[in-house]
Amino acid sequence: MQALYAQLLVGLINGSFYALLSLGLAVIFGMLNIINFAHGALYMMGAFVAYFLLNLGGINYWWALLFAPIIVGIFGMILERTMLKFLTGLDHLYGLLLTFGIALIVQGVFQNYFGSSGLPYSIPDQLKGGMNLGFMFLPIYRGWVVIFSLVVCLATWFLIEKTRLGANLRAATENPTLVRAFGINVPRMITLTYGLGVGLAALAGVLSAPINQVRPLMGADLIIVVFAVVVIGGMGSIMGSIITGFALGVIEGLTKYFYPEASNTVVFVLMVLVLLVKPTGLTGRAA
Amino acid sequence: MTALTDDTLPMSPRAMRDEMIVFAVMALLLASVPFSGIYPFFVMQALCFALLACAFNLLIGYGGLLSFGHAMFMGTAGYCSAHALKVWALPPELGILVGIAAAFGLSLITGYISIRRQGIYFSMITLALSQLLYFIYLQAPFTHGEDGIQGIPQGHMFGVLDLSKPTVLYYVVLVGFLAGFLLIYRIINSPFGEVLKSIRENEPRAISLGYRTDQYKFLAFVLSGTLAGFAGALKVFVAQNASLTDVHWSMSGEVVLMTLVGGLGTVFGPVVGAFAIIAMQQYLAGFGQWVTVIQGSIFVICVLTFRRGVVGEVAHYFRRSL
Repeated sequence: MQALYAQLLVGLINGSFYALLSLGLAVIFGMLNIINFAHGALYMMGAFVAYFLLNLGGINYWWALLFAPIIVGIFGMILERTMLKFLTGLDHLYGLLLTFGIALIVQGVFQNYFGSSGLPYSIPDQLKGGMNLGFMFLPIYRGWVVIFSLVVCLATWFLIEKTRLGANLRAATENPTLVRAFGINVPRMITLTYGLGVGLAALAGVLSAPINQVRPLMGADLIIVVFAVVVIGGMGSIMGSIITGFALGVIEGLTKYFYPEASNTVVFVLMVLVLLVKPTGLTGRAA
Repeated sequence: MTALTDDTLPMSPRAMRDEMIVFAVMALLLASVPFSGIYPFFVMQALCFALLACAFNLLIGYGGLLSFGHAMFMGTAGYCSAHALKVWALPPELGILVGIAAAFGLSLITGYISIRRQGIYFSMITLALSQLLYFIYLQAPFTHGEDGIQGIPQGHMFGVLDLSKPTVLYYVVLVGFLAGFLLIYRIINSPFGEVLKSIRENEPRAISLGYRTDQYKFLAFVLSGTLAGFAGALKVFVAQNASLTDVHWSMSGEVVLMTLVGGLGTVFGPVVGAFAIIAMQQYLAGFGQWVTVIQGSIFVICVLTFRRGVVGEVAHYFRRSL
């Protein structure tokens, strides 16, 4: 049973990353109509920024949680202002191709300087050690990742669904021209939205740094799984992305326990099943 | 949906003549390669990728469907051909058929699944399916995991053509490429191809005219996947191995890049793009991961500045369709 609970926890952690990343993809897709292929690369950059902050600037994990998303978010906003904004009105696929190119550049540059092996990033002192819950041993850091991600996801949901800023954002998604006529600066809002989505990816990167090590290709395969998560969940609803992300992480964890050979593929197989039964995705409307 | 290509000139006799002239020049140039001192292995490799890119272009350029998993057809056909040649000791022509049949079967299944969603979702689904297949091949015993299938015998095609001789192999690959190219050319200029283009331009209108667009897209997907498999089967004889790199997502990305550089929806663009990208990889092989950076930069530059690609820009300049 110990092993089962341990795999469930790993599943919840992976689910946290799926949720944070698919949430960012959904937010960006809503505003920019772009599937951000660079999301995995920007997740990786988040982890690297945390690593640099610690080893070059002596800035600890807690500040990295704040600064890494901001720094990578600003990088994202520069990308949006210098490149992505010129794709408005073009076919969706150009956004995919452009961000794929950006992902190749970013990952290639990091691979040149850091190879393919992992750099260590240690768990902050306050979160070291573990707790005995009676039925299992819980490493504190892992519990922290799950709870913190959940809080961030819910905060993002609250921001978009319940605040005035979020209402403007949703309105601009539906009809940007009309929203501009009300005097709201939609281009600035688009840039900030991209920054927000990218910042969420970077935050996931910082959270994963002590668990998975810091590697240039850490986001390359992850982003494909997240795409499958997005296809399963649909990008229509914020809450849908969060729930699908966590649920698929748990299912993957269970698969690791019961049938480890399929743990790499279970998300893709589920995607196929969902497409056969309900082609629009679990929460999606017809696209 | 905005059109991918803004030059939608109807097929005129002049355009047909232009394309035939360019095709003849291309065939002559390629046929003279063994006498020119150019390393034939490089050209053979490029020809296989050119055929793959042409097959990919059939789907994106004429059907408006961006597949981000086309390497799976090449890789699957490669593995199956290699297995048939090495383990079953089949002659080359049957080995190629096994590979094509495998790609055909795979495209039936993946097409049935992925065609259910459109646009951006279609791309994500094909990418996810190819990743699923990658993990299956990583674990399946017959692919030999990380090592791949190596030392594949080239054998005698039809019992007479000794494929271990570079010149003979070169002409066999060239004939295969030209046949595949002409088949694609025939497809895009057939009534079926015209319907496909109308779906790309305006799918709701095509539906309202009574076309079952899903069936057309499915058939285009199967044709494209099967032809990509043919390219993969040919590549087995050139590289004499089949490995995981052929099914990896980065390979699918390269195919997209080749077609984008040459020109989406142009007849000759994918060929030009494939030669350009393969040549770049040859010359920059010593620069390690910078090749990835350069490829990424080409993506960015192409999308931002010349979306028509090299051939598309030339054709646009001369107001011709190529």
